[in-house]
Amino acid sequence: MLRYTLLRVLGAIPTLLLVVVLAFLMVHAAPGGPFDDERVLPVDVAANIQAAYHLDEPLPAQFARYLSGLLHGDLGPSYRYRDYTVAELIRSGFPLSLRLGVLAMALALLVGISSGIVAALRQGSMLDRMVMFFAVTGISIPVFVVAPLLVLLFAVNLQWLPAGWSGASGAAKYILPVITLALPQIAYIARLTRASMIDVLGTDFIRTARAQGLGTKVIIRVHAFKPAIMPVLSYLGPAIAAILTGSVVVEEVFGIPGLGQFFVRGALNRDYTLVLGIVIFYATLIIALNLAVDLLYGVIDPRVRQR
Amino acid sequence: MSLLEVKHLNIRYNDVAVVNGVSFKVSRGESVGIVGESGSGKSQTALSLLGLLPGNAKLTGSIIFDGEELANKSNKKLDRVRGRRIGIVFQDPMQALNPYLRIGQQLRLVLLQHELANNKDADAKVIAMLQRVGLPDPERQFRAYPHELSGGMRQRVMIASALICEPDLLIADEPTTALDVTVQAQILDLLEELRDDTALLLITHDLGIVAGRCERLLVLEAGKLIESGATTSVFSSPENPHTRKLLAAALRTDRGEIQEPNNGKTVLGVEGASVSFRNAAKDQLVAVADVSLSLRKGETLAIVGESGSGKSSLVRALLGLIPMRAGRAVYAGEALEGPVQSRAASQRRDLQLVFQDPVSALNPSLRVSAIVGEPLLVHQAKLSRAGRSERVIAILKKVGLDESYLRRYPHQLSGGQAQRVAIARALILEPKILICDEAVNALDGTVRQQVLELLKNVQRESGLSIIFISHDLAVVRSISHRVAVMYLGRLVEIADTAKLFSKPSHPYTKALLDASPVPDPRVAPVRAPLRGETPSPLTPPSGCAFHPRCAFAANICVEKKPALRDADGSRVACHRVDEIDLRISMPGVKTTASPGR
Repeated sequence: MLRYTLLRVLGAIPTLLLVVVLAFLMVHAAPGGPFDDERVLPVDVAANIQAAYHLDEPLPAQFARYLSGLLHGDLGPSYRYRDYTVAELIRSGFPLSLRLGVLAMALALLVGISSGIVAALRQGSMLDRMVMFFAVTGISIPVFVVAPLLVLLFAVNLQWLPAGWSGASGAAKYILPVITLALPQIAYIARLTRASMIDVLGTDFIRTARAQGLGTKVIIRVHAFKPAIMPVLSYLGPAIAAILTGSVVVEEVFGIPGLGQFFVRGALNRDYTLVLGIVIFYATLIIALNLAVDLLYGVIDPRVRQR
Repeated sequence: MSLLEVKHLNIRYNDVAVVNGVSFKVSRGESVGIVGESGSGKSQTALSLLGLLPGNAKLTGSIIFDGEELANKSNKKLDRVRGRRIGIVFQDPMQALNPYLRIGQQLRLVLLQHELANNKDADAKVIAMLQRVGLPDPERQFRAYPHELSGGMRQRVMIASALICEPDLLIADEPTTALDVTVQAQILDLLEELRDDTALLLITHDLGIVAGRCERLLVLEAGKLIESGATTSVFSSPENPHTRKLLAAALRTDRGEIQEPNNGKTVLGVEGASVSFRNAAKDQLVAVADVSLSLRKGETLAIVGESGSGKSSLVRALLGLIPMRAGRAVYAGEALEGPVQSRAASQRRDLQLVFQDPVSALNPSLRVSAIVGEPLLVHQAKLSRAGRSERVIAILKKVGLDESYLRRYPHQLSGGQAQRVAIARALILEPKILICDEAVNALDGTVRQQVLELLKNVQRESGLSIIFISHDLAVVRSISHRVAVMYLGRLVEIADTAKLFSKPSHPYTKALLDASPVPDPRVAPVRAPLRGETPSPLTPPSGCAFHPRCAFAANICVEKKPALRDADGSRVACHRVDEIDLRISMPGVKTTASPGR
């Protein structure tokens, strides 16, 4: 297991490097630069600033400089948030994004898995069809449509919940963003769980458990649960990625000062180092979490553990 | 009063009746066999007793168990009977045990559910039960997962789970079909020993299993009960013509027609063939070690062995489907070497293969005409469409299928028809050697008989040589001229069929013969002749690989690998072949480990 983990960590290095190269090229390919503004600077001032940030060097040299910083754990200074390093910005924005993401993931797992199991047990019933209808809807409607609709209904019309972040207090302000973020994941996880639970309920070992007179509750809880959530487990990696990217939109819509907002601002402002820093940070996070998920497999399925 | 009384049982799926008006009784302590071919409704009947049929099954009739109606009752009510008063053992213990749960936990749950133990004493009771079913080191196995156990051990666990509540009725649905024959004998003995006064309903397609072990028989055919009575009278004077057909098709290892030895010239010679694999952990697994044999023209050579014997790996290496690590094979004066893609067209044409499961060996998206004609596209590309079609029709006719089958898809064929199609595909190029890998294993007795006849006829007409791989000695006896017995990758005995079956020279051959059930109630079933199971080929025993299971093993057997040598008309790999007398049963072998009972 240790050997496997080590190999996987080493295997992640080329992936990360590729991410860095692609992100670097894409940021620089976008027209404009970090210091282009509506107010045009005098030529020599602009040139001074460019030189101070080494933006006048050829692209390969800039890349080499960036990479060497990266290898020393330095994500560089932000070009637009003066006096802040990218690392400081990530440290200030990430905790909030993390809280949103964890809450959304927990909600998605809880509601997704339980509704999937209920639908599988009542296969073909009205309840099953409702869950599946909701699931298809949840998957098909994008976050940027769901968010305003939820705000319109719960904040503007019903006035139950705050519409935005600033000014609102307490836990209530988390509710709409977390639900928005979790909705598509709930839908997908419910579908996955339902399908895999139906498969598991049809296996010989569940038939054995029935033949032993174990009630449905025990059969679901002890015999069927672990095998049924295996597909959900393998979806966790993509789900985490989806929630991270979803949070970029959600933070923008609800005005939440998280890492997603920094990312959007950074991209609009051509804040090269900030965008690159966040991309690399997220990529590392996703790779690490995927590895964790793969190791989790072995914890749940004894047959995987042996390898 | 009967323990179980089934009256007018009908099971339908949509409009198809799979069980049709079946009525029978089982008394306390009685052993009753239900026999029938696939599709006869025997397993459906068994499942219906516990309300385990799928949701779309419609059941009518009555199932009275100990005075209580069970038919169409709620799960809640049935759960008081399931596991507690009626236990069931299913066919494939790998599938039937939960791979995610420790064995101990799976058994514990049953005891706790039926309140036969509390949290404190459940573990001890489970371990005691594992001990009774003969699991070595039960404390350790308690914590094991199913995949860590061998097939036979898993089936012992399954039996433990069915008997742990001491039920009144035990249903065993093909309990040994997935097991090797020497392990099958152990499991059947174990069932007999442990069931005590528990009534037994034994469901099987194998008449040999019920012959010596059930007091009464029920014969099912197409969902109907066509015959019932005492086992001896059903065997000696069957009334229903279909029962007679079933009995006639049941092959025996102790009598029946035998093929005379054939003295054709050698067409295929194998010398010192070895095959090995590496698993994910890079351990070397020797599947075939130093096997030499020859095949004569017009001869059927059977290769017999249990799982892990290397019989399939050997022929796959001959065909170039897997690499041969050492040794050589010569066909028609030329070496068979390299992967199949790189071999000469004539070699590829002359050696053909028929697999075990005909349905999965045929492409489901092609019609029979395309499947059978495909080899011609490769080997006789110039043949016109009409010429090809003519050849396909001719070969189908030869295997007993008319033109109406040409446009069918594999799923529209029965198992026997599909295997005929597979044989036709193999024969259309007029090969010189046909390799049948468990080719009749998946077929029902009567169909199997027809396919065996077909192979014999083709051989008689065309002088085809056949390598016939099988684990079923009764089938081997009826078709082969010579028999090679393999154990853990090595050849242990090779002899003419008559000699091998009447006077086996190797203790393993003798054990295989003794373990093969005979479909005749007058022949007392031999107690399991071997203990234990075939060891893992990853860690083969020293010296003679068979020594840990052999009653005659001496020091030399532990130390030195025996070479093949001539003995009494056989070639045998046994150090002690001259000293031991196999005519008496093996001495001193205790069959099951179930002390303290």
